[in-house]
Amino acid sequence: MPASESNLTLHGAFARQFSRHARAIIRSPAEVANPLLFFFMVITLFPLGLGPDPQRLAEMAPGILWVVALLSSLMVSGKLFASDYEDGSLEQLAIAPFPLAVLALGEVSAYWLATGFLLALASPIFALMLGLPATGIFTLMVSLLLGTTCLTLIGAVGSALTVSIRRGGMLLSLLIIPLNVPVLIFGTTAVSEAVMGGNATSWLALMGALALGSLAVMPVAIGAALRVSLDQ
Amino acid sequence: MPLLTASDVTIERGDRRLLADVNLTVSAGEIWQLVGANGVGKTSLMRALAGLARLGVEGQIERQAELLYLGHASALKPSLNAMENLRCHPACDVMASDDDIERALAAVSLAGHEERPVGALSAGQQRRVALARLLVSSARLWLLDEPFTALDSSGCDWLDEQIQQHVEAGGGLIFTSHQPSRFGSRQIDLELARFAC
Repeated sequence: MPASESNLTLHGAFARQFSRHARAIIRSPAEVANPLLFFFMVITLFPLGLGPDPQRLAEMAPGILWVVALLSSLMVSGKLFASDYEDGSLEQLAIAPFPLAVLALGEVSAYWLATGFLLALASPIFALMLGLPATGIFTLMVSLLLGTTCLTLIGAVGSALTVSIRRGGMLLSLLIIPLNVPVLIFGTTAVSEAVMGGNATSWLALMGALALGSLAVMPVAIGAALRVSLDQ
Repeated sequence: MPLLTASDVTIERGDRRLLADVNLTVSAGEIWQLVGANGVGKTSLMRALAGLARLGVEGQIERQAELLYLGHASALKPSLNAMENLRCHPACDVMASDDDIERALAAVSLAGHEERPVGALSAGQQRRVALARLLVSSARLWLLDEPFTALDSSGCDWLDEQIQQHVEAGGGLIFTSHQPSRFGSRQIDLELARFAC
């Protein structure tokens, strides 16, 4: 019987969970590289499919960038809790003396930093590849920062619901794509407004509200969904 | 005060009733062993007692102590080393110091393997890393599902010793094993609970 008594706070538990997954992601660089590589490859295909007209590409760039961001988020979502389910970590999360929602948020935060945050940072390169005017690049970065927060949290709910289902990828897509549509619309509109010299701030504010709302609500939904999946 | 009380627990899976009317009370210093053939429902009952399975579980389960559950899967990340896996274990309620973790790994004969990724260790060594959690947790109630799996004889002896120390210090234990009891533990034969269905 160990002499030590419980000495871990809720913040400590969150930080520990974040650290555990951040380290695991760093040790498996493919987790970080795959969404960025996917983004790069798809973006390079558009000039081939639509033709090399810079004017046309620039007009379509906001929509293209946001659709590809959504698809790359979808690609990551399917794997979010898969390894935890297989190696028994989810069971341990569920019986931990801390709210499952908080621990799951720690894990999702690490994933977001490695995927959504990096994507937002790298987005100016992809924007330049499509000829997006410089006036839209800052708005694109901010919208991706806020939007990928929502996409990651929504994807985490879908992943938590389908983690115990074999080949649940299609079901995951059906579940979360409809929920991602508002984020896609707000993100694309914000960047388009910035490019046309309009007021993108209101759209970004809407996305900020969506991100904060998601941060408040989604962790609880993720925790509940994980418990349902563990109960199968 | 008992550490865990289960009253009239019935477990169903789909339209099949696995177990009926299981009753047990685990007090400080007690060891309970769940026995029965493969598929009889030992793991299902352990998961229900741990609070992991609720669907299809009827009856009352009350836990009055912090819980350490070790299932079939060891909950280790293959890319992390043994130190990191223990330091960041999701269910551990204490922030163990590096010294404590090194001592725990030395106790399971893994001194010198602290910095190796767990994925590079053998199955038996991985099980030892998982069992090292017993030494860095303050939980009084242990639920160990097949804890002797993949352990060699020295590992089994070490685990016997830890269990004895745990119950002498006021802890309680429920475990499943196909091996005969090594501690004079109380047994529940789940075959009988199945026949009650």
